[in-house]
Amino acid sequence: MTGAKFLSKEKLLDWLAELGQTRRVFMPVEEGGKIVFRPCTNGDTPALVRDASASPKGVVFPSSAELFRYTKTKARGGKSSMELKPGTEFEPALIFGTRPCGARGFTIFDRVYTGGKFNDPYYRAARENTLIVTLACEGPENTCFCNWVGSGPDDPTGSDVLATPVEGGFVLESVSERGEALLESPLLQPAEARTAEADSVKSRARAELPPARDISAAPQSIRALFDNQKFWDEVSSKCLSCGACTYLCPTCYCFTITDEDHGDSGKRLRSWDNCMSYQFSLEASGHNPRPTKAHRLRNRVGHKFSYYPQLHEGLLACCGCGRCIRSCPVSMDIREIVLDAIDRVQAKNCEVVHE
Amino acid sequence: MSVLTGKELRIVGFLCNWCSYGGADTAGVGRFVQPTDLRIIRVPCSGRIDPLFIVKALLNGADGVLVSGCHPRDCHYSQGNFYARRRLEVLKHFLPVLGIDPARFEYTWVSASEAQRWQKVVSSFTERIHKLGPASRLENTALPDGLEKRFAAIASGELPSDGKAATRLEELKDRIHEFLPDLDIVIGWQRGFDALHNTPLFMRSAEDLEKLVWGPLNIHNTATYLPSLRGKKVGVVVKGCDSRSVVELLQEKLVDRENIVVFGMPCSGIVDLSKIDRALRERGTGIGRVQAAECGEKGVTIKAGGQEYRFAMEEVAADKCFHCEYPNAVLADHLIGNASPSSSNGKISRQLAAFDAMSLQERMAYWRSQMDRCIRCHACRNACPLCVCKDHCIAQSRDPHWISQEDTITEKLMFQVVHAVHTAGRCTECGECERACPMDIPILAMKRQMNRAIRELFEYKAGTDPEAVPPLLAFQAEEKNIHEGVL
Repeated sequence: MTGAKFLSKEKLLDWLAELGQTRRVFMPVEEGGKIVFRPCTNGDTPALVRDASASPKGVVFPSSAELFRYTKTKARGGKSSMELKPGTEFEPALIFGTRPCGARGFTIFDRVYTGGKFNDPYYRAARENTLIVTLACEGPENTCFCNWVGSGPDDPTGSDVLATPVEGGFVLESVSERGEALLESPLLQPAEARTAEADSVKSRARAELPPARDISAAPQSIRALFDNQKFWDEVSSKCLSCGACTYLCPTCYCFTITDEDHGDSGKRLRSWDNCMSYQFSLEASGHNPRPTKAHRLRNRVGHKFSYYPQLHEGLLACCGCGRCIRSCPVSMDIREIVLDAIDRVQAKNCEVVHE
Repeated sequence: MSVLTGKELRIVGFLCNWCSYGGADTAGVGRFVQPTDLRIIRVPCSGRIDPLFIVKALLNGADGVLVSGCHPRDCHYSQGNFYARRRLEVLKHFLPVLGIDPARFEYTWVSASEAQRWQKVVSSFTERIHKLGPASRLENTALPDGLEKRFAAIASGELPSDGKAATRLEELKDRIHEFLPDLDIVIGWQRGFDALHNTPLFMRSAEDLEKLVWGPLNIHNTATYLPSLRGKKVGVVVKGCDSRSVVELLQEKLVDRENIVVFGMPCSGIVDLSKIDRALRERGTGIGRVQAAECGEKGVTIKAGGQEYRFAMEEVAADKCFHCEYPNAVLADHLIGNASPSSSNGKISRQLAAFDAMSLQERMAYWRSQMDRCIRCHACRNACPLCVCKDHCIAQSRDPHWISQEDTITEKLMFQVVHAVHTAGRCTECGECERACPMDIPILAMKRQMNRAIRELFEYKAGTDPEAVPPLLAFQAEEKNIHEGVL
């Protein structure tokens, strides 16, 4: 295995340009005060001082993806036929500059789309053709809680290369075999002594994170509260039931499929869906099993901290990036809801014991 | 004619079945020569025409849109065209903010017998559109350099003031304490996940009341929650701007007066967290690293990354607070003191001024660059106190299919137009749409432009009088400020 490499700040754009020769490179750039992932173009500098406002999931799992196109033709005599054309093929990509939480998000996707008995060809093609160069965090924001979910500021899960910012550049370490190939560029030099500096950056970042709260009781607590409408009504009071949290979340993987007709032709799209929306669970009969925002929030929190871990060996469907807290228009805090659920169930259990 | 002299353009015509459609037919039967650019859509009445039909056509490739109905006082349904006149005139004033030349849209009146007039109308409108040439498409506009900088201008002016802000909280708590037993819920604010983020508070007991806070971090509009709590006895703590939303909701009978108790707090301005974030970033830190904050009427002191930063209120106040005319609740059952309004010299907002200074082409390019990062989360809509359709919004309806799932800039912008048009004459400019946007897209500009049109045309300001009729739900046979009939 190749040792760690050093990439100087001056050579960063050259390196990205070099990577760009074989694949589309996406990086975080600032737009209107927010940071979003955009194809790397000449002259742009990546915004790396803090985590992006949007998550990197859109590169692999676009907010709206064309699955195929169709054209209807009506022949004489009333017979009609349909011609199908495949949608755009996924071109190899590389994501540079996501934080460990964003990269970890893809591993939550993987289990759903490629891990079990179902194999999603669209997702698989995109995922297998996307490399991820992750930037380790130097310090947490108030909304960060990656250590609660078993991750951390230098978690390599889901990445191909982990870059750690050091004086004058980055120390790059390969995490996967594909990542190793990326480190063969002549623009990189051996990291040597800088590896120690990178290690100290990492351990400082880990130490700066407030201690993790124990949420191991979350799956059963949330399940125990499933029918407690009062609890969900209370915690969802201030929720606006918009989709900011889901669409920014690196682990939210739900989608909807629609046919968008334009006359006799059209396309079938797969787009992000949002469980906080009324339409998400609306049935054709008009019945809606999740009619209120309390039902919908219960599903969102429950899915991440109870139902998903039940199906996936206890793995939480949350990467602790805090985007849902940071960007919520009314500052809802999912950490608070989970802790509240655990406390509520614990208090109830104590009561039972006393009785 | 144009088809003979050059390339045909795409013009969409919405014609009333009872008059103009017949007029066009008469013109055809009479062999009046007409240009062939117009594609006619027959509608039952000009009152049937949703302004969104016109915007959708213009955003999706029409070079011009013509609406023609029955002459005023001649409507088959007696009043449809009166309402249409108001809506269409408002739309004409609104289009420029999108970067669409208002000359590409016209409405006029032609009766079934006026074949000659129809010929004149359709000829002169087609000629007009040909002079303007093909419309520029949103997707193809390129952003000129330095446009972002023009918006960087900082809002300035006077903020409202309340000398006794510090003692107001105790007074408020006492008052709520007194009424809480008769109420199901009282909505206020509490401290959120960090020192700069407050969050709405739903008080159900005296214990909850202790969490109540007051100050410039109470940025959320509490009135947003009222329609969803209909049927309950609800107390609501409001700033001046929030109270205007309450008035509007009452006016539209979306909440019941007898079930609502309004606690009006004098406001001396709220902060804009995006401005604080920007200021902190310029100093090498960010809003995510704030450790402590002290926020008062004069400004904010923030501790972040071991350093202390102080910002005057003028630097970080929300734009809407400058020249605020209503720092006190317009309607309240309990008024906790009085703030002095800032002097409002009829100044227009910084945002609108920046738009006014741009060419139409630049405005379209600006929206293209801004809407690109929209994630379609609908936070703008759900935070809007007047968007009461929420679960049944036409943005998510498949039939009628107003907005598709394609994430093109046109579709995203179209949704913003839907929001602006559906709140026309109702919007109180509380700014929740823009504040809620997780991508900081300056969508309030559209509502500001709409409100300017409403003010100029109908001398009306939403959310100030619970008895008033919103201007688009009314008409006058002779409109004072509308002068149609240019074709």
